[in-house]
Amino acid sequence: MRIVNYEDIVEKVSVACQEVNFELGSDVYDSLKKSSETERSANGKYVLEQLIENADIAKEERIPMCQDTGVAVFIVELGQDCHIEGGSLYTAINEGVKRGYKEGYLRHSIIENPLTRTKSEAYNSPAVIHIELVPGDRLVMHLSAKGGGSENMSTLKMLKPSDGLKGVKDFILETVRIAGPNACPPLVVGIGIGGNFERCAYLAKKSLFRPIGHRNIVTEISFLEVELITEINQLGIGPQGMGGSTTALDVKIEMEACHIASLPVAINLNCHASRHKSIIV
Amino acid sequence: MSFIKICSPFDEETISSLKAGDRVLITGVIYTARDAAHKRMYDAIQLGEDLPFNLKGQVIYYVGPTPAKPGQIIGSVGPTTSERMDKYTPALLEQGLKGMIGKGYRSKEVVNSIQKNKSLYLAAIGGAGALIARTVKTVELIAYEDLGTEAIRKITVVNFPAVVINDSYGNDWYEEGAKNFNSMEQ
Repeated sequence: MRIVNYEDIVEKVSVACQEVNFELGSDVYDSLKKSSETERSANGKYVLEQLIENADIAKEERIPMCQDTGVAVFIVELGQDCHIEGGSLYTAINEGVKRGYKEGYLRHSIIENPLTRTKSEAYNSPAVIHIELVPGDRLVMHLSAKGGGSENMSTLKMLKPSDGLKGVKDFILETVRIAGPNACPPLVVGIGIGGNFERCAYLAKKSLFRPIGHRNIVTEISFLEVELITEINQLGIGPQGMGGSTTALDVKIEMEACHIASLPVAINLNCHASRHKSIIV
Repeated sequence: MSFIKICSPFDEETISSLKAGDRVLITGVIYTARDAAHKRMYDAIQLGEDLPFNLKGQVIYYVGPTPAKPGQIIGSVGPTTSERMDKYTPALLEQGLKGMIGKGYRSKEVVNSIQKNKSLYLAAIGGAGALIARTVKTVELIAYEDLGTEAIRKITVVNFPAVVINDSYGNDWYEEGAKNFNSMEQ
């Protein structure tokens, strides 16, 4: 049994919330650089160069790369032999988010009540927290600072089994086409196939935590990811929707078993910043 | 990449000279307002109440900046998605608003209203909030302070980069840009 201290979690989460907003991940940065060299439209190239310069400024001045500093979303791998001392894991994470967002001059974007639109009393919290119980004693928290623009253009559909792979691909391409400039392309497209209604949404979200360029370990799924990157980039939407060959930086798919009657598909879009970071305690 | 330098507020000549796809650098006064401020202004118009500023000729920037850290006048300040303001926009254009800066598609009603009221919709680069902050020279909070990041701020910008998306002739750069690129590729 390993003991982890509550305050350690709060502090590590607080630092990570700031870092993830100030410094673009090297996977995303490299992908933008590469795309700015291969982009075939002058408008698209200009946008990509501006995004790289923006990332450089944010890193140097330690300011958020985007004014939408996001909802803090966590996927936590909690070892069943890991014990947290001094308070609950949920409270520790939320305390860390409050502290990190406040001290880092990040934006408070959370409202308590979606209908009355009253602001949450706690700075940019609650966070969205998913906990997966795993063997061993590790505690790894994967954080994403998820922006509202791309989240708003995400979709979920319960397809018919007879729709098959073609139906799935059509739905993905249609989602990206409709999102157009709204979701801040070039995108990272996260796709969940299978599970059930809520599980496929979770799978789509989870896929976005995989670094850019990392393929699904199942060969057939990795081929489908590559195929979709090509097809999405043929839509011509381009960086910021102004035309071009870079509409998606990457496509991620996670797949799971499902009911004989169902073919659930969820598509969670992420903007070009694709802010994610892993915290090991 | 060539840019056309323009001044804000927009005059008739500026508006009529610009076409969808033009890249501009804006210098002058603009006002920040997003969802909650739009709802309040819209409600005020319906009730016949005064607005916090005279909209005639003015430009609204759809943004909710991050808080300024010590030594800064404003935090990161990139555009938010414009379509959420669509419901309120024609009423503001009828009051004399001449320009809007945001990102993403506008509704058919808004595009028609832009043409009818001889105004412009421009896009800034979404996600470039740190870069855009460098163009902001003064900031004054003028209304709805209780809305926090969504309060209305009067800001002065120098060489703020944007692209004309919907011009006063009914053209739409999101449609044309992708179409031009695709036909060029074939």
